[in-house]
Amino acid sequence: MKSLNDNELAARVARDIPDGSYVNLGIGKPTHVSAFVPEGREVIYHSENGILGVGPTPPEGQEDVELIDASKRFVTAAPGAAYFEHADSFAMMRGGHIDIAVLGAYQVAENGDLANWATLDEKFPPAVGGAMDLVVGVPTILVMMRHVNRDGSPKLLRQCTYPLTGLGVVSRVYTDLVVLDVTPQGFRLVELTPGNSFDEVQALTDATILPPIPT
Amino acid sequence: MDKRLPDLAAAVAPITDGSVVMIGGFGSSGIPFGLIEALLEQGATGLTIISNNAGAGETGIATLLKAGRVAKVICSYPRSPGSIWFERRFEAGEIGLEVVPQGTLAERIRAAGSGLGGFFTPTGYGTLLAQGKETRIIDGVGHVLEAPLRADFALLRAERADKWGNLSFHATARNFNPVMATAARYSVAEVRHLSAEPLDPEHVVTPGIFVQGVVEYGVRP
Repeated sequence: MKSLNDNELAARVARDIPDGSYVNLGIGKPTHVSAFVPEGREVIYHSENGILGVGPTPPEGQEDVELIDASKRFVTAAPGAAYFEHADSFAMMRGGHIDIAVLGAYQVAENGDLANWATLDEKFPPAVGGAMDLVVGVPTILVMMRHVNRDGSPKLLRQCTYPLTGLGVVSRVYTDLVVLDVTPQGFRLVELTPGNSFDEVQALTDATILPPIPT
Repeated sequence: MDKRLPDLAAAVAPITDGSVVMIGGFGSSGIPFGLIEALLEQGATGLTIISNNAGAGETGIATLLKAGRVAKVICSYPRSPGSIWFERRFEAGEIGLEVVPQGTLAERIRAAGSGLGGFFTPTGYGTLLAQGKETRIIDGVGHVLEAPLRADFALLRAERADKWGNLSFHATARNFNPVMATAARYSVAEVRHLSAEPLDPEHVVTPGIFVQGVVEYGVRP
């Protein structure tokens, strides 16, 4: 099986971020997407802790400890950036003003249900952050994640077993093995990571993958 | 009118055992580290802390957790890297936790500060966090009724203040500070620069009416 590494996966997601969009990148791996958006596209990044226009990481020694993103990494303010407080920040998210959000996930179901905030382990404190607000307010929710868990168990399922973040909210899933659209009929193949076969990917997925619609 | 306080100890003196305390900040930005340290020294215990995170490492809210002063945390994200004191207290069953979606947390605080009885939000509809709450379909979309969230005290961090209690902020240190200022009976801010001269009214983010005390704490952590 050909598996994309984290940077290759971020670059694959970045290809689908259009010029002129307002984008929220979830904490963790999704934050790497911005580094791979093709030259010539202006994308404005929102971070829920109060900045629209997140710029690149500052050079070492020039960090401002009070200028961070939602992953708590030091960032800069891009030209045209704005700062704001939390109630305004979530008005942008819930109010439909952000175009695209890229999130990580524990599980995605074939009906677009997303589970990414809590597990079934009661000793492991649940942490929702802004995920539930994003999924109800942002029209396009892209998920990027490994195709299977470390133990090989599937993350793409007929039905999520972990507590849900949102119901029927995921538009498209990017894994290291495949890109899938969530459609009213279920997961539909967009593309295989070159070198993988449909049958191999299907075998690692606990839901039916529909073939691409012929173009 | 002069809301300037002599020191951090004076700012936290009114906080009593069992108080509900909002603490501004997100990650390590905009956290009133000086006021938290003064609260630790002051000794109030059995506190309910409302904040986005539950502290990290051995600083800020984590020091209150470590010292056993916190009975309950209301937050959106208690699992930041290095939140060891929260995790220890949680695993041992020594602390209550109410997880609230971050936007709902901000808006519940805003509702309290704005005199509203709550609001319907689509956030969390159909999830565990909506269990037991009233729901309604509005324009075809499921919504959850969320209640206002108020506090006895709010501990805030700002960049500048004047003696009237007007506040302005720096970069992403703003976060929950302005909204929390509105929702507590007594809101106090540690500020990097405190001036007897008025702030430019065009640059005031939090109007002084929401702030009961300001104290200079020049350190930018």
